[in-house]
Amino acid sequence: MQPLPRRLLSNSQPRNAMTNAEPLTLGAAHGSGISTHAQVRRVIICAGTGCMANGAMKVFEQFKREMAGSGLQVILELRAEATSDEVRLSKSGCQGFCQMGPLVSVVPDGILYNKVRSEDVADIVQQTLVGGEIVERLLYKDPSTRKSCRGLEDNPFYSRQNRLVLNECGFLDPEDIHEFMLHGGYEAARKAFVEMSPEQICKTILESGLRGRGGGGFPTGRKWEAARIQNSAKKYVICNGDEGDPGAFMNRSVMEGNPHSVIEGLMIAARAIGANETLVYVRAEYPLAVERMRRAVADAEREGILGKNVFGTGMSMKCEVMEGAGAFVCGEETAMIASIEGLRGMPTPKPPFPAQSGLWGKPTIINNVETLAHVSRILNVGPEVFKNIGTKDSPGTKTFALTGHVSNTGLVEVPFGTTLREIVYAIGGGITDDAGKIWKTGFKAVQIGGPSGGCLTEEHLDLPLAYESLRSVGAMVGSGGLVAMNQGTCMVSIARFFMEFTQRESCGKCVLCREGTRQLLALLDDVIEGRGDQGTLDLLEKLGHAVQIGSLCGLGKTAPNPVLSTLRYFRKEYEEHIFEKRCRTGRCKALLSPEINQVKCKGCGLCIKVCPTNAITGEKKQPHHIDPELCIKCGACATACKIHAVEGI
Amino acid sequence: MASMPVTVDRAEKFEKVCGILNRFARRPSGLIPILQAIQHEYLYLPEEILTYVATSLDVPPARVFGVATFYAHFALEPKGKHVIRICDGTACHVKQSLPVLEALHAALGTSEKSKTTADMLFTVETVACLGACGLAPVIVIDEQVYGQVTPERAVGLLNEIKAQEALLATSSAPLAEQLSAEECHD
Repeated sequence: MQPLPRRLLSNSQPRNAMTNAEPLTLGAAHGSGISTHAQVRRVIICAGTGCMANGAMKVFEQFKREMAGSGLQVILELRAEATSDEVRLSKSGCQGFCQMGPLVSVVPDGILYNKVRSEDVADIVQQTLVGGEIVERLLYKDPSTRKSCRGLEDNPFYSRQNRLVLNECGFLDPEDIHEFMLHGGYEAARKAFVEMSPEQICKTILESGLRGRGGGGFPTGRKWEAARIQNSAKKYVICNGDEGDPGAFMNRSVMEGNPHSVIEGLMIAARAIGANETLVYVRAEYPLAVERMRRAVADAEREGILGKNVFGTGMSMKCEVMEGAGAFVCGEETAMIASIEGLRGMPTPKPPFPAQSGLWGKPTIINNVETLAHVSRILNVGPEVFKNIGTKDSPGTKTFALTGHVSNTGLVEVPFGTTLREIVYAIGGGITDDAGKIWKTGFKAVQIGGPSGGCLTEEHLDLPLAYESLRSVGAMVGSGGLVAMNQGTCMVSIARFFMEFTQRESCGKCVLCREGTRQLLALLDDVIEGRGDQGTLDLLEKLGHAVQIGSLCGLGKTAPNPVLSTLRYFRKEYEEHIFEKRCRTGRCKALLSPEINQVKCKGCGLCIKVCPTNAITGEKKQPHHIDPELCIKCGACATACKIHAVEGI
Repeated sequence: MASMPVTVDRAEKFEKVCGILNRFARRPSGLIPILQAIQHEYLYLPEEILTYVATSLDVPPARVFGVATFYAHFALEPKGKHVIRICDGTACHVKQSLPVLEALHAALGTSEKSKTTADMLFTVETVACLGACGLAPVIVIDEQVYGQVTPERAVGLLNEIKAQEALLATSSAPLAEQLSAEECHD
């Protein structure tokens, strides 16, 4: 390929070129728009939280050393005039396949290596970079077919996704603003400031049908329009990066992997409503996201993108990054505003909506990270192209965090309307047992939407996932956490897990939420510990509905969902706990009654030795007994017994 | 440390707080970042400093304590030298994070109520979700993330730190004291 003139490079706008039909790309690999860089070979090391935890930085340093000693011309900085015999070594944001990390991709060869350790680096440099061959052992093996996958195209985890928001996280260096700009970054913001009026921007977003990705699914365009028409000299835009749902991490990935896309979205939103101050509220548990967002803001200021004279229009734009302090309720708009104002994060009644009276009493819009990350693309490709994907009422793609008992965990971006079966089986690779092995018939449920959501069961496997369809079955998109659970999971315990969470996180303002969640938790404990009766289930349902009605904000209104949803779909399991005093999964310890099988037991005495409470007695070579009064059901005897003679635990 | 005489470094303590307060222009709206900066400095929020902050910002102490107790991130008691955080997000929970927590509590003699060991070396706490769900179950020891942790591995990691600490205590007791004293001040 001919080297391209520099001017052409900097004007390339691959983000504009992306359409539904475009094949999945990782960086320069095969994307039509990004091919301007195809002549430069790149080694990209994923530097998301997951890969870093598994030693990605060590791998990066090792690459530096090995490449330096290999005779390759290594460049670490992005340079437009790079030549074809150079190899660029760079980091990227989270590529979403965290469990297989550290991930190393080689482009344009289209190779993705998994679980790379620093001792593997020499082989990659010698065999792949110098020799042009693949290091077979580092490829991903599809657990169901045992086939090795060379890169993204033949890896079912990636090939069935439609990564529009996440795509750039996989190859852009999140700490390099120039690379972002070279790929068309901030072009949409420029368009919004220079070519479009606020009305036009609101209209475009409204036409696209974009809905809030943070949970509620409110049409973004309507929210913006409501703030735009307010007559106020001061307005604010806040990016909600307080991703509190346990089990969801898509916002973390975008903030870590493509922080400039969030800033660009914020700028467009601010232009649309007439604000000149923006703020990113990031969860304190995400130190890397905080660091990268702060750096991105500083870089954008240095480049004059943020500041006093945005794109030469004379308009000013400020962006601040604030760290949250660990309160789930602050994900709620009005609570977040209170938190930014330096108060306890307690929600206030709506109306007035923040769009009318928000931060410091001024019109304020609050958008989720993922929502904002969609915005620049909508301006670039137009609302029609955006709407081509997804369903009529829920257009576009949504990122789900697929975790739990599935073979491939990670971030999955698919169009709305994709079925659960596609996500869990085709992309997730199927349900696994506790040891991580495929369990063909192991599917029990998928919990969607975190503590506000509900459970989906086998009957919902072919339900297209979208805002309305999920609501109709008592669940919600929420922020998009999908936790797959196998048959070994006790659904009452899961309901208890979420109830404990919401009870702890309730801010205490509304009586029904504060006291109701506490009582719901106590009732669930009754079920789990064998004290429940028929009245318990009725009370759980009644109280659940009362908490839904009597709470002010989304936290309380949705807190009973996990209980009501598991009661709806797994009532039999509740009844077993109550009437048979039995947990079919053996997870509820209070319901266990360990016994020693008198026929199997050989009287070896192993269990007597390990029992911490001396509850087991018996003569040598005679069957032993457990004293139920002394037994604490710790299971030590069952683990110690070599012939599995301890039963019921 | 808890046994340190407070009076000795009192002046220095408040000097640092003043620096932080000035950095945020002594605005009550900056209370949360101010408390975060103080906690970053002292590793927890000492009571007398909270009162001082309230006076300096000209707000009632109740407001400062209200905020400090509302957010989970703020600690009103000193934490151990090594902080072990076990993620109990949904993904970690279904992948058996509780046995990991129980194993650590058992190994250290800590519990949900008393999270810090008597020798102030370790604090064990749970956290809602660290967002590293792909690696569940996850624990974080002093900012280092460990994924796919089993109870045995967690106790193993703990023993490694214990061994290092024992080495530090026996080989150069004065140095160890010096180190922990520095940590208190720095």
